[in-house]
Amino acid sequence: MAPFASDDSTTATDADELRAARRRKAARYVVPVAVVGVAAATIGLVPALADSGDPDLPKISAQELIEKIAASDVQQLSGTVKITTDLGLPDLGGLENSLASGMESGDGGSSADPSSKLTELVTGTHTLRVAADGPDKQKLSLLENAAEYSVIHNGKDVWGYDSKSNEVYHSTAPDGAAAGKERKEQDVPATPKDLAEEALKSVDDTTSVTVDGTAQVAGRDAYRLVIKPKDSGSTVGQITVAVDSKTGLPLKFTLTPASGGAAVVDAGFTQVGFGKPAASTFDFTPPKGAKVSEGKDREGADVEKGPRHDPAGAKPEEDLGKELDGLKVIGKGWNSIATFDTGGQGMPSGSEAGGDLGGFLGSLGDKVKGDFGSGTVFSTRLVNALMTDDGKVYVGAVTKDALVKAADAGK
Amino acid sequence: MSQAEAVRQTPAARTPSMMWTFGLFRNEVLTTFRRWRTLALLGVLAAVPILVGIAVKVETGDGSSAGPGGGGPAFISQITNNGLFLVFTALAATLPFFLPMAIGVIAGDAIAGEAGTGTLRYLLVAPAGRSRLLLTKYATVMTFCLVATLVVAVSALSVGALLFPLGDLTTISGTRISFADGLGRALLIALVVAASLIGMAALGLFVSTLTNSGIAAMATTVGLLITVQILDQIPQLHALQPYFFSHYWLSFADLMRDPVYWDDLTKNLGLQALYAAVFGAAAWARFTTKDITT
Repeated sequence: MAPFASDDSTTATDADELRAARRRKAARYVVPVAVVGVAAATIGLVPALADSGDPDLPKISAQELIEKIAASDVQQLSGTVKITTDLGLPDLGGLENSLASGMESGDGGSSADPSSKLTELVTGTHTLRVAADGPDKQKLSLLENAAEYSVIHNGKDVWGYDSKSNEVYHSTAPDGAAAGKERKEQDVPATPKDLAEEALKSVDDTTSVTVDGTAQVAGRDAYRLVIKPKDSGSTVGQITVAVDSKTGLPLKFTLTPASGGAAVVDAGFTQVGFGKPAASTFDFTPPKGAKVSEGKDREGADVEKGPRHDPAGAKPEEDLGKELDGLKVIGKGWNSIATFDTGGQGMPSGSEAGGDLGGFLGSLGDKVKGDFGSGTVFSTRLVNALMTDDGKVYVGAVTKDALVKAADAGK
Repeated sequence: MSQAEAVRQTPAARTPSMMWTFGLFRNEVLTTFRRWRTLALLGVLAAVPILVGIAVKVETGDGSSAGPGGGGPAFISQITNNGLFLVFTALAATLPFFLPMAIGVIAGDAIAGEAGTGTLRYLLVAPAGRSRLLLTKYATVMTFCLVATLVVAVSALSVGALLFPLGDLTTISGTRISFADGLGRALLIALVVAASLIGMAALGLFVSTLTNSGIAAMATTVGLLITVQILDQIPQLHALQPYFFSHYWLSFADLMRDPVYWDDLTKNLGLQALYAAVFGAAAWARFTTKDITT
């Protein structure tokens, strides 16, 4: 029953009141709408207002900046790193996971083994936490849903702890700091600093390095160092490193492909502090009931697992050489191409294999022909690989044409 | 002119004291918790940790660890080492569905149920005012959120203490904290879980003001919950997902990191506050202007 509806003798005054009542009713719905509006405006505007523009910093040359990075001696640090990788690998979804877990049980590894766990970083967006206190104490944690994977280096011990499966991986660093540093370089680079160091290693006369203005990263003023290959033929467009103006620590690393589009690798601190992390951060005792697996000799383990690092592509091409035997590198700098002979038949082409698998593999690659014969090119946004029908493989961060040219030359 | 309308038209006629409002609230809470339906819901919630605890105990009776390869709800692999983890596992297991479903039933019933049984107009005859009644109803639903969460937590803690050892625990970051610290975090997690349901409660209350059928309101609220949970799983909708009320629910686990990772927790609480503001205001706009005929 509507208000006043039962009143048969509605007068003009009543009608006015009715209208006023309706207006009052409608006015109330303005409140929720206004709340939505204010919220939307806040979500939209606050990041724009918080972006206070690029900071003013004294001019610096590229050479000085590189020296600054090299001289950077940040011993104590804690922060959060967000890393996004988009290599354009075919999205195999669950299949990829089941393949990975199959490999896992195959070599008897533990899910807490750092070298297997950190390869997860090659796809998607991940949040990492890093903490360091001198050369003897470091911690790197990969934040997962309601779980976390941590690698803790404390003095002689290196622990890997996977809270999801409650498994622990343990290995020892023979002579503390030196070995720890060495091992760190062998792992998949994850922090902006690791990535920047890898990128600077490849700086030579085929590269242009410039300082391109400033930026604000994790609330700190930073210089932007731009590294670009001079020659065409590389799939790498440019690498941008944001370097903290005070400490010289690389805060953000972005690799954009020559083909344009989203960055292939984008790793940056979202929050960073240079205070001493709490000592308890680096203390680790395996929880009761956790399955502890002792690490084998690191060298052996790495070679064994080496090929699985390849799809990462986050490693500059030189590193591939360390991991595969019988591998040659053609060319130099950005356009270097790694080549090796599988000695086998090569990739069965779809028609020959006939089976589903052959068709499936063939569908992932493109057929190419050249003086070398014919083969299949597998492309990602960064790394391309050519597998010839006679079993030779050419891999590099170069365009398809450059691969074919290299194969022709090698014939 | 109906009685209810008269009540709304003359708000200045009486100024109920704080005690009076509290009396109304106490009355509502007692009515809600005396219902068999409410007690049955709480019973189901209390049973979940018991079932999880017994299942883990049976499975690990031969010394193997639960959830091989990290399957199952969060934290399940740590329960055998520390019964306190059963609290986190139970909350992680009930938060996606059981808890919000119970909230949906209570919130959906809050106004529509009264309207359906014809008691709403008598409630409004009392000099309470519609806004005050709505606030009281919302406070009651939030009390139920807290009680339901605590029922799960306390049941899980008792079962965990009975079946498994207690003691110092390892955070998911690998550091160790004392049992007292762990208990404190468990309480904090229970509070965060209860707060995670505030948005859902406001949504249910709004739906409840739209209809005169309690069943329809409950079904709509629970249906919305399921829809949102499904949409949250569809990768193509990732741009929208941060605005779903259930999107950051499991961020309570971040309290078990050391140091605590606050980003998603604050996003969750902010989102719940936003939902509460939007749907609370919508419920108020609807309830204070609608015609109460039953």
